[in-house]
Parts: sequence; C-alpha cells; structure tokens
Amino acid sequence: MPVTVEVPTEKWAGKVIEVKLGATKEEGGSRAGTVTVGGETTLPFLTFEGGIPNQPVVAAEVWDVEPADWSPVLLEAWGNAVKDPVVWAQQAAALGAKLIALKLRSTDPDGQNASPAEAAATVKRVLAAVDLPLLVYGPGQAEKDNDVLVAVAEASAGERLALGLCEQSNYRTIVAACLGNGHVAIGRAPIDVNMQKQLNILMSDMGLPLDRILMDPTTGGLGYGIEYTYSVMERLRFGALQGDRMTQLPLINTVGEEAWRQKEAKAAEGVPEAWGDLAKRGLSWEMLTATSMLEAGSDIVVLRHPNSIGIINGVIAKLMGR
Amino acid sequence: MGLSGLEIYKQLPKTNCKECGMPTCLAFAMKLAAKQAELSACPYVSDAAKQALDAASAPPIRLVTVGVGDQKLEVGNETVMFRHDKTFYHAPGIFARVKDNQADAAAAAKTIADYKVERVGLQMAAAGVAVENASGDAATFAAAVQDVAQACDGALILLSKDPAAMAAALPAVADRKPLIYAADAENWQAMVELAKKHSCPLAVREAGSLSALASLAEQVTKAGVADIVLDPGARSAAANLAAFTQLRRLALRKNLRLVGYPLIGFPGEAAASAEEETAFAGQQVMKYGGFIVLDHFDPASIYALLTLRLNIYTDPQKPIQVKPEIYAFGEVDQNSPVLVTTNFSITYFSVAGEVEASGVPTYLIVSDAEGLSVLTAWAAGKFDAEKIAKTVKACGIADKVSHRYIVLPGYVSTLSGEVEEELPGWKALVGPREAVDISPYLRRTWPTIVGKR
Repeated sequence: MPVTVEVPTEKWAGKVIEVKLGATKEEGGSRAGTVTVGGETTLPFLTFEGGIPNQPVVAAEVWDVEPADWSPVLLEAWGNAVKDPVVWAQQAAALGAKLIALKLRSTDPDGQNASPAEAAATVKRVLAAVDLPLLVYGPGQAEKDNDVLVAVAEASAGERLALGLCEQSNYRTIVAACLGNGHVAIGRAPIDVNMQKQLNILMSDMGLPLDRILMDPTTGGLGYGIEYTYSVMERLRFGALQGDRMTQLPLINTVGEEAWRQKEAKAAEGVPEAWGDLAKRGLSWEMLTATSMLEAGSDIVVLRHPNSIGIINGVIAKLMGR
Repeated sequence: MGLSGLEIYKQLPKTNCKECGMPTCLAFAMKLAAKQAELSACPYVSDAAKQALDAASAPPIRLVTVGVGDQKLEVGNETVMFRHDKTFYHAPGIFARVKDNQADAAAAAKTIADYKVERVGLQMAAAGVAVENASGDAATFAAAVQDVAQACDGALILLSKDPAAMAAALPAVADRKPLIYAADAENWQAMVELAKKHSCPLAVREAGSLSALASLAEQVTKAGVADIVLDPGARSAAANLAAFTQLRRLALRKNLRLVGYPLIGFPGEAAASAEEETAFAGQQVMKYGGFIVLDHFDPASIYALLTLRLNIYTDPQKPIQVKPEIYAFGEVDQNSPVLVTTNFSITYFSVAGEVEASGVPTYLIVSDAEGLSVLTAWAAGKFDAEKIAKTVKACGIADKVSHRYIVLPGYVSTLSGEVEEELPGWKALVGPREAVDISPYLRRTWPTIVGKR
C-alpha cells in the first residue's frame, strides 16, 4: 500500500536583521548599488520552509601593501595585481566579488607604519576605482586600528562602509566613528555564543542600531578548529530564528585568511605525497572552509584566491536553487 | 514513536533484581526510554516483551554495514540533526566511481583504495570504489567488477539498474558484502532477490517524492531486505540538501522507520567542475550524507574533504587533547629554548610541527587548558599566568635548562607580567602569534636573546 509522507517543516518566529552595505549617490555615498545581507527566516539554504531574501555574498580580500608572507599559490594567481590595491580591487570585482574587503596593512606599527591620513586616502582611491561596497579593516593592533578607522570613517563619511574589527576590549572608538559617519561596524568574539551576544549588547548600547552591526564569530580554519566555529554559528542562527534579538545579526567569516595561513595551503615541499598538489590543495582548503561556513549560516565569506570567488559564487547559486 | 519509560516498564519482569545494574526495573525502564541502556542488560526479559521492545527501541536510523574485515564501513545510528545537540557518530564513507568500460578501471580503483593520509595521529582514507555499469553490458560489468575487486581491498558499491548485470557481477564479490545500487520502481523485485541471495545491503532509489521513496522502501523491507540505503534521487545541490534534511527529520523526529536508513549522494552529478564537486561533497559530509560517491579523485581535494569529515564528526563534548607535560624536540640541552602552549591537539600539532621543522632543539611545555586553543582557553580563563606557572613548576623544566626564559604564545602577550610574578627568577618572552612564525623565531630571534645574556 502506498505510504503518504508528510514533509516535515519548521516554522520560525525570528528573522535575521537585514544590514545594508554601501550607499548610492542618492543615499549620500558613491556606490553604483548596495548589498544587503541577512533577512533569513530559515536555516541555511532550506528555502522549502522559509525565506532567504538576500543570498550570501563573496567579499574579496585586498591589501594596501603587497602581502609578502601570503602563500605562493595566491601570489602567483594574482600576479602584479597585489602591488596596487586599486588594480587588485578592480580585478576582484571583475571576477564577481560583491564586496571588497580592504585591509590597511600598511599602517601596521611593526611594518610600514603608514599614517591614518595615508590609509584614508587609499580607501578613497579604491572607492573611486570600483563601485562595490567596501569593508575596511585596520592593521589588527587596537590603538592603530582606532586611529586609522576614525580617519577612514571621517574621510569617507556617508559611504556606509563596514569597519572592523570591534572586540570586547576595543570597540568604543570604532563604534563612535561608525555612528558619526553613517558606517556599519564588524564585531568579533572568540568563537563563543555568549561573548558574541555580549559584544552586540555593548556595541548597540552606544546607540549603534542593530542593522548596522555584522557578527564575526572568529573563523577556525579547516583542520584547525573549524568545527567550533561551525557549531557556534549554527547555535547563533538557531537563536536568531527562535527570536533571540542579540543573535539576529548577519554573520561574516574571514575564510581566506584562515584557510591560507595553514601549512596545508602553503607548503609544497617536505609534506606527505598524499597531500597532493599544493595549488589545488590550497584552493580546496579555502573552498571547503567557505562551504562549511555558508552551511553554518555565513552571510559574507571573505576569500583570497581569485578562482575561489567564481567557484563559491557558483556554489551559493546552486545551493540557493538558482 | 519511541516508548515512554512507563510503557517499557510494563514489559519488564518488575522483580527489581538489580542485575541490570539499576536499583529498580522502573529506573532501568527510564534509562531505556532515554536510550542510555540496552535491553540486553536484563537477563529475565521475556521473548515476547523483547520482540515488542526491540521493535520500539531500534535506532531511528539503521546501522548498515558495507564491506568486511578491516575494510568494513558502518553508517547510520545517528541520533541528532545538529552536532552540537550531541555528536555525529558514523562518518560517511567516501567512494570514487570507476566505469566498467574504462580501460584503466582496476588501476584507478587501486589508487583510490590505497589512498591514506595521517592527521593528528589518525589514519584517514577513502572507503572504497563504486563500479558503474556504464557499458550496459552484463559480461563487461562482471569482468570489471572482478578486476576491481582483485586490484583493491576497499569496500565496493556496484552501480547498475540492470538486474541481469548485477546478477552476473555479484557472485564473484558477494563475500566482500558490496552495496547493491539500486532497486527502483521497475527492477526492485529482481534486485531484492539478489540482495537476499547474496546477503548484501541494497540501495533504493526513487526520485518521484519522499512518499514514493518510503513506499518503495516499505515494499523492499516487506520482501525481506533489512539493510537498506536510500537515494531520494535529487541531484541538484539545493534539492539534495532539502531531501536529505527532510529524510533525517522524518527518521529522527517522526520516528518513521520506513526512511530510517543511511543516505547515498553523488555530488559530482550536480557539479560544473571538480572544485564544485568537492564543495558539494563537503556539504553532504555536514548535512547527512552516509555514502558519498565522487567522480573525481585528486589527493589534494580528498585530503581536504577527509579533514572536514574528521572535524565535523569530532565529538563536541570531547575535544581531542594531548597529555599536559614537557615535550622535547631534537637533541635538547641546557641552552634549548622553552616554549609553552595549550593541550588542544590541533594547537599542539601545529606548534610541534613548526618546532620540528625549525631544526632547533626545543622544549615545549603543554599546559592543561581543557583541550582549548590558546585564544579560546585564554578567553575562558583556562590558560592564565597561574596555570602556566603551575605547569612550569610541576614539569621540572628548571632542572633541564640553565637559562630562565619561557616563551609565551604571542596571543597572550598580556600575560607576560603576571607569569613573571608567578615564577620568580623567570623572564617571560613574547613569542609569535601564529605557529607558522615559530621557525623564524627559533632560528633568528632566539639566538639574539640568548646572545645578550
């Protein structure tokens, strides 16, 4: 006798908050278009029981200095583009990136120690050269991050950049700069649901609306703790759909950075034969880190390899059923 | 649906003999209901009760075995939708497909089956080979299956819609317990007979709807096959994710036995490239795949895929840890540098690998941080000055080196002052943040520090 199976569906009360990145001329910026992330009312890619109004997007990581310590695979793939952030960003846009994640590494106090004003000028140059919304990161040293991001925020007021990173020990200056200049802030917590929520509370208590905050849960690379990030993200998204306000922000993952700094994505010699070809292995490492984060709820994956941009765009489209 | 503790209690002897290890039959019944005990622990349960309870207490997803001996692959028995709810138990088998009309089928199969790679002390490998009856010819299929079976000892999946081809190929390899793929609406009776005759597990494929799939599975079950693998036939990545998710939910949440079986997927069939196939295979590792059949076999992507599988199937409640003690690398002496890190296995292996690669004889002190990485442990208060000082004192490093320098991970540079307070006479140096920078640190920075002494 034929069996009739009722397809089990979940109805969620909660919804991920939509965060808009970039601003057009009419909105006070200079972007050709904006990118909105978030808005999900279902678990990742389960469109049969809820909505995903904005599919996850790929951001390409671009540095303002040549990243000498990057994997040889990446340096070869990008060629001369890494010598100029404008060229680099233009190529990334042409490859299909929806966002540019510009890291102002030149300002690193232990490196070139470029001034905040120089960094702000670099951001303006990249804004002039590509019409995608930008994420802008400081050098990763709290004091300098603050100086640099304040200068950037002011020089590019109204562009609705996403500025990072805010951490529990250092968020006030960056949040204030976002508040005063119409930008979005990226908050990073160390792979922990409660610390992420706490950071969101601290940032929003300063008056920054929740639709101007992105959550970076800290990304563990494939083979280096990715499962912790994966489960923390699944729990955050669960909370969001169940209606827990402080988990309802879109998620961003620095996939490329974590995947490509591992030995598996760097070492060609002195490794077992079973590891296979370095170039393919590095790409696989980044792709699978990205796929895992997307499956766990990522809204923005920041990638490094030029080929990853197109591949992950394709993966997202197919998982969305397009 | 699963039985409640009271319903189970009614079936038990109610003698409170305690031989099951529980104080009363009721307590044992409650444990059974929570799936924390096995009925076999009760020596006095009646056969009738056993039958009734077995049927109700069978795992919601049947454990299916393919292959024999060392190459045995067990898939199923999963109990949760999300790994953070408990854990995933039986990692999916990764297979690669060869075709019966491909000239080098046996050689390709050997490459696949011989592939193995080590990670954090664990051996990882592909499960075996899926041989496809691409020729459509029974004799060609039988010959190829035999060649493949001789060339490799991995688990096997036989892919053919044609019962005649399956019947020709099976006798030579039936003792290897291959998975027969697949019974469908047309051929299921003949395939069921073959599965029964050779005692092999049988895959059931039905793309029409989940109702049609459940109906076909029921027919196959009633005809006498117990070990079943399901293929909902969805091939696009989106449809496959939806079908796998729905089947897992039906099995776990609705306790629908008809679909309580492992799932098989073919990620390459929806992929535009080898890279996309790897991504979709990864997706099936995370979301409910039991058997994953690939069309491309490249060590560079297989290694990444097996690593993902290892990560996803790690028990979230039991992080892999290494023993907190002092580890020596190379010909250490009293001038060797002393590094400190946490006992999270991945942290340890990253650091140890780089220390070894540097060629500089080094002591590495592993502090008990409950299996967390440096930053996470520090944030959680499991890797602080007091803990580090305690480990340094307890491990006896003071007798092994004549200097008094200890190198902290760069991420916890803020701890250096406190560590020096806790360890009078020692100087805490700030080492690199990332393991990859350890080698240059040991080779270039460390000598300048020692030189200044």
